[in-house]
Amino acid sequence: MASPFMFFFLATVAVAAALGMVIARSPVTSALWLVLNLFCIAGLYVTLNASFIGAIQILVYAGAIMVLFLFVIMLLNLSALPELSEIGWARVGGFILGMLVLSQLLYVVALEFDLGVDPVDAETAAEVGSAATLGEMLFTRYALHVEVAGILLLAATVGAVMLAQRRFE
Amino acid sequence: MEVAVNWYLALSAVLFTIGTLGVLFRRNAIVILMSVELMLNAVNLTLVTFSQSMGDPSGQMLVFFSIAVAAAEAAVGLAIVIAIFRSNVTVDVTEINLFKH
Repeated sequence: MASPFMFFFLATVAVAAALGMVIARSPVTSALWLVLNLFCIAGLYVTLNASFIGAIQILVYAGAIMVLFLFVIMLLNLSALPELSEIGWARVGGFILGMLVLSQLLYVVALEFDLGVDPVDAETAAEVGSAATLGEMLFTRYALHVEVAGILLLAATVGAVMLAQRRFE
Repeated sequence: MEVAVNWYLALSAVLFTIGTLGVLFRRNAIVILMSVELMLNAVNLTLVTFSQSMGDPSGQMLVFFSIAVAAAEAAVGLAIVIAIFRSNVTVDVTEINLFKH
């Protein structure tokens, strides 16, 4: 595992960026906060020695998906929506529900449940998370899954084009 | 001093909750989709943490496919937002209520 300083630095920036994304008024600001958050999570993957997933995270999430979001925001030319001024029962209920979920999750984490296996050392972890190991699994045991994921992405692309095209009547 | 697995899990729980609150509180459909991406990321972080601490690469395969599905979800979701914006000229989810009445 990584040094505590890197973990706490990345974790703090990630939580701050996530809060900034939820709080920001303008959708563009929201998207830029989310990009920062995704970069921090990629850094956390690297501190876990999962270098391949970290690189995929930056390429696919921070690169492709966020560019898609920003493209749509600027295509629609959105201004910031006026937020609800009154505190309705739905918002109070939602906040209580969220805090319940958080306390339940943290309670389970704080129980220090037993995984049943000892944590592996850094060398093994770096080997498990390397592109060589994961690539070999991807093209042997998970070859069919890769094909199915490809078909899913094709279907999503065709569906997105069908949904978003302008219809002339 | 080592960083324990539990700290990563706690961070993941906090990020997931922030994503949930974003889905519940925001009215902009695009920001709601971004909050869903944040929740997916929190779960991916949990999967990678367990996978690396147990030395089993299968969890990271699941994360790989989860990222592929997230990309498909973002593309279709944004296409739906564009289609609704064409007919309704809004992305405010409180004003998209065609099926409500």
